[in-house]
Amino acid sequence: MFLQEAPAETLDFMIFGYTVILGSIALFVLSIWLRFRRLQRDLEALRAVEDKLES
Amino acid sequence: MGPMPKGLKLLTGLTALFFALALYLVFFYAPREAVMGDVQRVFYFHVAAGWVGALAFLVTAIAGGLYLARGERRWDQLALASVEIGVIFTAVNIISGSIWARPIWNTWWTWDPRLVTATIMELIYVAYLMLRQGIEDPDRRARFGAVYGIVGFISVPITFLSIRIFRTIHPVVVGSGDPTAEGAFDMTPKMLQAFMFSLLTFTFLYATLLWHRFRLQQLAEKVEQWKMKVLSG
Repeated sequence: MFLQEAPAETLDFMIFGYTVILGSIALFVLSIWLRFRRLQRDLEALRAVEDKLES
Repeated sequence: MGPMPKGLKLLTGLTALFFALALYLVFFYAPREAVMGDVQRVFYFHVAAGWVGALAFLVTAIAGGLYLARGERRWDQLALASVEIGVIFTAVNIISGSIWARPIWNTWWTWDPRLVTATIMELIYVAYLMLRQGIEDPDRRARFGAVYGIVGFISVPITFLSIRIFRTIHPVVVGSGDPTAEGAFDMTPKMLQAFMFSLLTFTFLYATLLWHRFRLQQLAEKVEQWKMKVLSG
């Protein structure tokens, strides 16, 4: 980068970097939400089975 | 599992607000670096993600110690939640660093001490998650996790210090580093503000995710207990 007069053209790499960063965080948040929802459904189903067994 | 606590709702909202502000500071407030150009902006979240990884593994080690001392299940749940977050953010740190390195070092990867130690640290905690899956007995699994989390933490200071004690091309932006490092730069006051705010934001993000992931783990164990109850009934 000797004799460089202007900043290097690296916008593509910045976009790529932030796509990875923000995408990974978003996917992790989504996975927590989906797992939580699935477990809540499982719990409701188990409670229903328990009620049936008791009655 | 009850509704989301008020404190968690507040923390989640505050984190979202901080995150939006951090993005503004990174993209519009901090100036474009004179030599590297826009790719230098990756640095703000790259370092912050690395910080979250180290913090997460520290919390895992502390929670492991508390589990061994007190035998309370919640410390094991916290340790597991923290490892998962640490693995995600360390991966983000390594991959974003690789993307930055391509135009600056002219390569996606090099066998530099920082890159190698960070990858070993990541693999140690990926192994933690995999090995846990193989242990059936919950108490044994928790004891194993606690000891592993404490011993595995040795990799964190080694990773942090690697660019300060070994000959490396990885820049040390805060503090002094190897003069042969490629891609080092002096932060302007605006860059420093964006950097410090990114660190603060990611610390809030970690706390928020940890709380959510901890609740998820509690719910998962509750479902397991119900399954046992229904099957035995």
